[in-house]
Amino acid sequence: MLPLDLRPGYHVNSNTPSDEYLIPLRLTWNPGPLEASGFAFPQPRMEKYSFSEKPLSVFTGNFQIVTHFKAPANAAPGPATLTGKLRYQACNNSMCLAPKTLDVTQQVEIVK
Amino acid sequence: MSRIHVAAASAALAFLLASCSRPSSLPTGELKSAAQRKPAPNFSLKDADGNAVNLADYRGKVVLVNFWATWCGPCEAEIPWFIEFEKKYKDQGFAVLGVSMDDDGWKSVRPYVASHKINYRIMIGSEVVSQQFGEIESLPTSFVLDRAGRIASNHIGLVDKVDYQNEIVKLLEDPKSAAVPDAGAGELAGVTSAGVRAGQRP
Repeated sequence: MLPLDLRPGYHVNSNTPSDEYLIPLRLTWNPGPLEASGFAFPQPRMEKYSFSEKPLSVFTGNFQIVTHFKAPANAAPGPATLTGKLRYQACNNSMCLAPKTLDVTQQVEIVK
Repeated sequence: MSRIHVAAASAALAFLLASCSRPSSLPTGELKSAAQRKPAPNFSLKDADGNAVNLADYRGKVVLVNFWATWCGPCEAEIPWFIEFEKKYKDQGFAVLGVSMDDDGWKSVRPYVASHKINYRIMIGSEVVSQQFGEIESLPTSFVLDRAGRIASNHIGLVDKVDYQNEIVKLLEDPKSAAVPDAGAGELAGVTSAGVRAGQRP
């Protein structure tokens, strides 16, 4: 589970943005001891902003992305570190910030 | 079968997004007096046809330099205004220059320009050009230059169309704006465009 906290007044495009040119929120995990088998994003909000004629599919405030992992049968038990990247692009009602990619890490314990 | 326990320590990890923004160091707002205006940094960037666009070549015109990107909703809102300004004021000595900050360059920009029927010159920007203009972190960011190539105003974020229009009209009508300072003093502060100059002003 990756908790995210967005600065007040800002939004990020959801993982399914409303326009082909908008940059989606994307979480990817690097190859490691576990394999990402699926993601659960929250339900996007359709928000209307002054700069857009149509509502946009966005996330705001606090939310989280859940990743489902599969452990291979031969996965070594014990602690492991997962690393990945979170790409997002944020705007407020009048301006946008450049897209950013953050490194993310997750500590897990693999138990037989 | 292995099971996975997420370590408690990392579960509390939260990423604060959009936390690193800061406004440009340049003040934003209405037209500066002629004495307050500083020369715009020069740039030389390629347009969609591969032709060099040198800002210095626009001396003598009122120019709106707009930093934008295809992924920027507020930028898209301004585009129809700029199309209209280009059409309406071109013959009076006005030009819009759109500097795209899209990472993938023409791949995104070319189809966007076509679909939005943009009638003014578009170039792909660079980190260097962004820094010359005060490290542009928010889009849209626009600079309105007088005929002497000096920054008469700048706007960070979406502003009213009428604000731009008033500024453009004032600068087009202002005889002081047309006064090109002696060589040196008002020269566009060139940094990136060494050796690349078009033969004539646009």
